[in-house]
Amino acid sequence: MMSKKEMKRKAKEAKAEMKRRNDAEYDGLSFKEKLKKRFSKEKVHRFLFGSKEKDGFLKMFAIYALLICIGFVYIYPLLYMVSTSFMNRDDLLDSSVKWLPSSFYLQNYIDAAKSMDFWVSLGKGFLIAGLPTICNIFICMFVGYGFARYDFRFKKFFMVILIFSYILPRQVTMIPTYVLYNNMKILGTIWSFVLPALFGNGLNAPIFILIFYQFFRQIPKVLIEAAALDGAGHFKTFYRIAVPSAIPAIITVLLFSFVWYWNESYLTELYVQGLSGKSIWTNLVVQLKNFDTSFTSKTATGDTATSLSESVRMAATTLSILPLLLIYFVLQRHFVESIDRSGITGE
Amino acid sequence: MDKQEKKNMIKVRPGRLARREARMGYVFITPWLLGVLAFLLMPLAESFYYMWFNIRITPLGMKFTPVGTGNFTQIWLENPEFPQQLVTYVWQTIVEVPVIVVFALLIAIMLNQKIKFRAFFRLVFFLPVIIVSGPVMNMLVSEGAATIPSMNVQSVVAAFDRILPSSLASEIGEMFSNMIMILWYSGVQILIFLSALQKVDPALYEAAKIDGGGGWECFWKITLPTIKPMVLLNAVYTVIFLSSNEQNELITMIKNAMFSGTKEKGYGYASAMAWMYALVISLITLLFFLLLGSRKDAYDRAVIKAKRAAKKEKRIQRSIERRSARRARAIKRRIEQKKYREYANHD
Repeated sequence: MMSKKEMKRKAKEAKAEMKRRNDAEYDGLSFKEKLKKRFSKEKVHRFLFGSKEKDGFLKMFAIYALLICIGFVYIYPLLYMVSTSFMNRDDLLDSSVKWLPSSFYLQNYIDAAKSMDFWVSLGKGFLIAGLPTICNIFICMFVGYGFARYDFRFKKFFMVILIFSYILPRQVTMIPTYVLYNNMKILGTIWSFVLPALFGNGLNAPIFILIFYQFFRQIPKVLIEAAALDGAGHFKTFYRIAVPSAIPAIITVLLFSFVWYWNESYLTELYVQGLSGKSIWTNLVVQLKNFDTSFTSKTATGDTATSLSESVRMAATTLSILPLLLIYFVLQRHFVESIDRSGITGE
Repeated sequence: MDKQEKKNMIKVRPGRLARREARMGYVFITPWLLGVLAFLLMPLAESFYYMWFNIRITPLGMKFTPVGTGNFTQIWLENPEFPQQLVTYVWQTIVEVPVIVVFALLIAIMLNQKIKFRAFFRLVFFLPVIIVSGPVMNMLVSEGAATIPSMNVQSVVAAFDRILPSSLASEIGEMFSNMIMILWYSGVQILIFLSALQKVDPALYEAAKIDGGGGWECFWKITLPTIKPMVLLNAVYTVIFLSSNEQNELITMIKNAMFSGTKEKGYGYASAMAWMYALVISLITLLFFLLLGSRKDAYDRAVIKAKRAAKKEKRIQRSIERRSARRARAIKRRIEQKKYREYANHD
């Protein structure tokens, strides 16, 4: 048995030998000839256009250039937003200041946070996004398992309804649902988001059900039969075998559901806020939507140091994105790999 | 399968145990079924009912006045902003969806190459998914962060104006001026394409390479057919995303109509708007289904053709058989009659 060190040494020796041999080829040649030999036509061609095994330099260069350019375009609005949010009034007017503000001016953030009621909205936003998400995970997992595991009558029909409920715009059912919530007295409370989620009809729930459906179909049937032979009932099989194996799918659903609920302002305003103005529920995105009016009223009462300007608005935008951005950078690996592992693209 | 075969085949009914197990499927999907009843089907029926009425909110509850198709005539004849916006929306979607899907495919293909910093690039291109909420987008667009200043839109629009109808050209111009937004809408699509691309069997590419296929050919003959279902999925996803996106003015219009205190508008009027909107979206979705739906390939077509030919042949054969049998019977009868007559005469 060769030790690792020995192997390394051998590899080094072989490399040196190769080099010696290569150098020997060039021995006795003039500099020009050496150059010619080293950069022969085929070699250059292979370097630029690639061979069967390796991609050429030109192709890689084009790919990197495109990716970097488009990537810059992608981040451009964010960079613009952040840089503008630190500018004070003079910087905004000064045309020589383009990207870097002359000083690190934080007053915009302080004022924006005050106007948006940042900490309260943040906490409520977490609740508004978090509770329905948890319901979504459990119920969609349950329903998805039912669709994947059992062959009952009208299954295809129900699947069609599932897809139909995704394609149908929310606006059609919005008005009667609003009336329904109003009659149930849950309008303007968080229940108007939690209740549909509890019955598998939360925001984008069809997608999540389909994700779980795809995932559970990949579980070998033998595994479930084995559990049944060992005396596990239907529910026990579900939570002892299906649920633990579905963790990648759960992470996917968790992330997407949270993000989608967080970014939803239309329905939040309609149901959770109830449009009556009396509700205590709000989140950052809704606050951002009504930012101009609330900021102007704050200015009128003299609560803020600056008046409404581009940089304050950008500061508010940054603040409303910031929590998700932080979560994203911490969990980015899960975000990006989630769809691969959960097999959303199975069919 | 012809009749004879069908007769011979024994139909296997699932056993009692299997049927009882299948019934468990209903237990699992019950929560969702209830939810569909309460939050999808009932509101759907109600809003269908609402749209034929003028609804006024009184302290005693809602007061319905039947107006027939009055809501529709009002939308179309008296308040023309909605139909105008609807037409704009249709053009916008038809222009933007292909751009988004093709762009997502391009980025996904580039990210699927053997490149360095792949994780970083994925991070960048997936970033917009967590940011694209209505208010944030509105803020960024209104502050001009969504356009690249050096891009000259006017000349592009002018160029398109010459060859295309003006409504389409103006949409394309709009698209160019909000290019970053379009790019931002393709986060999830990139991810879906990426995971589909990674599932393409590498053996296919190897086989193609041995047969002398280049990269371009491989793309059209292997990659694209394999991920074709994903193209459809992404197109539908994009349509739905654009329809429920808060940048879309139609949904704001519906909401405003719902809560406008005027006499003629209200729940019924908004319901009529929502139904028209839903109809348009379904038509667009249908269009993409027809365009991108899985057409059968040459092999399937040949099989179907052969089957049909075989069936026809069998039918002809059967009719010949029947005809000859009939003739045989007729001849037999004639002979018998002859015999009878002879017998009678004889008598």
